[in-house]
Amino acid sequence: MINTQLQSKVPDGPLHEKWTNHKSNIKVVSPANKRKLEIIVVGTGLGGASAAASLGELGYNVKVFCISDSPRRAHSIAAQGGINAAKNYQNDNDSIYRLFYDTIKGGDYRSREANVYRLAEVSPLIIDQCVAQGVPFAREYGGMLANRSFGGAQVSRTFYARGQTGQQLLLGAYAALNRQIASGNVKSYNRREMLDLVIIDGQAKGIIARNLETGEIERYGAHAVVIATGGYGNAFFLSTNAMNSNGSAMIQCYKRGAFFANPCYAQIHPTCIPVHGEQQSKLTLMSESLRNDGRIWVPKKLEDVEKLRKKQIKPSQIAEADRDYYLERRYPAFGNLVPRDVASRAAKERCDAGFGVNETGLAVFLDFSTAIERLGQKVIAERYGNLFQMYEKITDVNPYKEPMQIYPAIHYTMGGIWVDYNLMTTIPGLYAIGEANFSDHGGNRLGASALMQGLADGYFVLPYTIGDYLAKEIQTPKTNINHEAFNETEKQIKEKINKILNIKGKQPVDVIHKKLGRIMWEYVGMARNENGLKKALELIEEVRNEFWTDVLVPGTNTEFNQELEKAMRLVDFLEIGKLIALDALNRKESCGGHFREEMQTEDGETKRDDENYMHVAAWEYQGENKTPILHKEPLTYETVHVSTRNYKD
Amino acid sequence: MKFKLKIWRQKNAKAKGYFEDFDVDNISPDTSFLEMLDILNNNLISAGKEPVAFDHDCREGICGMCSLYINGRAHGPDEDITTCQLHMRKFKDGDLITVEPWRSAAFPVVKDLVVNRNAFDQILQAGGFVSVNTGGVPDGNTIPISKLDADEAMDASACIGCGACVATCKNGSAMLFVAARVSALAKLPQGKVEAQQRAKAMVAKMDELGFGSCTNTQACQAECPKGISIAHIARLNREFLCAKLKD
Repeated sequence: MINTQLQSKVPDGPLHEKWTNHKSNIKVVSPANKRKLEIIVVGTGLGGASAAASLGELGYNVKVFCISDSPRRAHSIAAQGGINAAKNYQNDNDSIYRLFYDTIKGGDYRSREANVYRLAEVSPLIIDQCVAQGVPFAREYGGMLANRSFGGAQVSRTFYARGQTGQQLLLGAYAALNRQIASGNVKSYNRREMLDLVIIDGQAKGIIARNLETGEIERYGAHAVVIATGGYGNAFFLSTNAMNSNGSAMIQCYKRGAFFANPCYAQIHPTCIPVHGEQQSKLTLMSESLRNDGRIWVPKKLEDVEKLRKKQIKPSQIAEADRDYYLERRYPAFGNLVPRDVASRAAKERCDAGFGVNETGLAVFLDFSTAIERLGQKVIAERYGNLFQMYEKITDVNPYKEPMQIYPAIHYTMGGIWVDYNLMTTIPGLYAIGEANFSDHGGNRLGASALMQGLADGYFVLPYTIGDYLAKEIQTPKTNINHEAFNETEKQIKEKINKILNIKGKQPVDVIHKKLGRIMWEYVGMARNENGLKKALELIEEVRNEFWTDVLVPGTNTEFNQELEKAMRLVDFLEIGKLIALDALNRKESCGGHFREEMQTEDGETKRDDENYMHVAAWEYQGENKTPILHKEPLTYETVHVSTRNYKD
Repeated sequence: MKFKLKIWRQKNAKAKGYFEDFDVDNISPDTSFLEMLDILNNNLISAGKEPVAFDHDCREGICGMCSLYINGRAHGPDEDITTCQLHMRKFKDGDLITVEPWRSAAFPVVKDLVVNRNAFDQILQAGGFVSVNTGGVPDGNTIPISKLDADEAMDASACIGCGACVATCKNGSAMLFVAARVSALAKLPQGKVEAQQRAKAMVAKMDELGFGSCTNTQACQAECPKGISIAHIARLNREFLCAKLKD
């Protein structure tokens, strides 16, 4: 069904003129009127912090919400490797078009062409902005900005600050936000969690939040609401996301009428530290930048695998000729720098064939010995020192001497709230930016592009496009938080909280969350098939019933209660889990991170079905226990020639 | 492995706190310290008791959220790491482990091991930024920055704002935290313009919020999980003095 409700609002004209023309045509709000308008921003990662700061600078009254004790804790801070930008500083023939093309191709032709082009177009501005804020990017001896290469690209366009690029970019955006907080344009609410969206006459007009320190339920009104709460990868329980990262704000918007797009596109990152046992709470990422100098391999002989598992030999004792550098073997043109989805599946393929190098059989080697020989340990330490240190602290193995062990893990979600070209959702006045929306990465995100997208949306897109909506709201008075819609929404939240607290069953939240995670990883993870997905939907329903009959949440609602926070989030993860499985079942093709075993080429690569699935799948909530309605936004490629992804030659 | 735990309990900021003893068993040496607390909490919940509140988020040592004082040391008995990166293999089987929140007048306890570090945000709001709006800035390569300066700015910028320096300092001083930000920006041409003003404003705010004075004991440097050097305090003092001389 092609739906007319989904107006992508992509402007007319040639691709490279769309954004410029659009900016000329959209409305702006005068400074005097901006002072009268209020905007709520939920989330303070790269998207939320940069948006709140920029909107504050423009003169809007901004309220920014953060679930941690400070905006600086947002999980953007953990991004290690870098940020892409089409600067062409290396004279290696990079360009806006090439970054655009790499991103479209990396996303396996499942993203919106005009959005991706705009992303590439504003990317150079991001670097300039961050430099001006005092972000200490890596420099060459001559004082110029340094670059490294990243997966899915054949040019060096990734800017970085050691292995802490996300941290440095977030500190830049956080500093800009602090400046606006000090000036009074932005009011910040820490340790507040959005619990619902308030809609009045069809427009997003505010939120209900819980003060996590006191348990108080609070009301906040505005003329527009921006969701910048990141992704929903923690539905899998074990992921590289932070423990508090959650998909609840997205699910609340979905339940209030915002369409959820492409939920099945979840990225599985190839280089994470393998699972060590049952007591593990989360997985740690080892930056993709390591694949610049690290070579991925498993032994060629099964007897070497046996010896490794029994710890009879060390990996460094295996002769060069007995090593299978399977990425270099299978993908000569890109080698170790193939996109994440390709590298993850290749690791799974080798481990499924019995070549996994640790006791669980779920690990491959990432080896730096060649690079250390070529460049010396000092250079490697300078590039990746903090990552090597982190690896050693966690595993007790020194990666300068023995190769790292890595395995894929859930890392990022390309799916998210459906937005139009203006980043507005299907609810007027509700916007979604950064990882929380779906628009730019298609079926797979390239490395160093998440930071780029978060900051592009927050600094350079939303501050323009939100004006087009707010220009129509300048006569609208401040939202009345005593409106019936606030009363009703708050009542529903309180009922939900009481219901959860009164179950008083036997299982702690984590126990149930782990059950959901195991189902997701086994049936909705790296390889999916029809039977498995159907089974997952049944099993998730069982876990959901378990939650509502047997969860045990101690304490009350009127205090700092971390178990209650987790329980509320798990309710929404259960909803997301079902949505991911449903979307994956519906998409009977393989593309990017979504791999349906029924749809693969002879050599195990993804096989798309462009005729039937070249569209965005946007799901509309229909109520508890009802199957959501699927809407399709067709993807048309006016500029790029759609082809099969090829990283072999 | 098994451990005896002595953990600080405190209902809220106003309540009186106390130590409570717990036992945990069946802990793998590869388990992280916070995972050990997860296990303890799930045991407590199942037994109908109240779990121990503690702050944590990224669990990979970068968000700065975790904040435990373990056996008398901020972030516990290992070097250059945060609590979330501490693993139980660093302890001996049967050890008694004492766990407390950060102790500082400027960081009031919220509950159990959770403290309020809003004072850090306020210090940065006083001047920890470059006054530049979004847009209208020059190309990133317009001003060359020597690699050494960029590297030193990066060293200082590695601060994660966890508060271990304050918790460790016998005076409860935030000098290392303030110095890291002042120094990071003073090392770069973009931040140099406001460097002296910034130093003055941030130090004034730090004093106002009830942090103690620096007496150069270097304890902060020893316990900083990111190895931030007190050399940055020297640079802060320099910027601060220059600013004062101009007053």
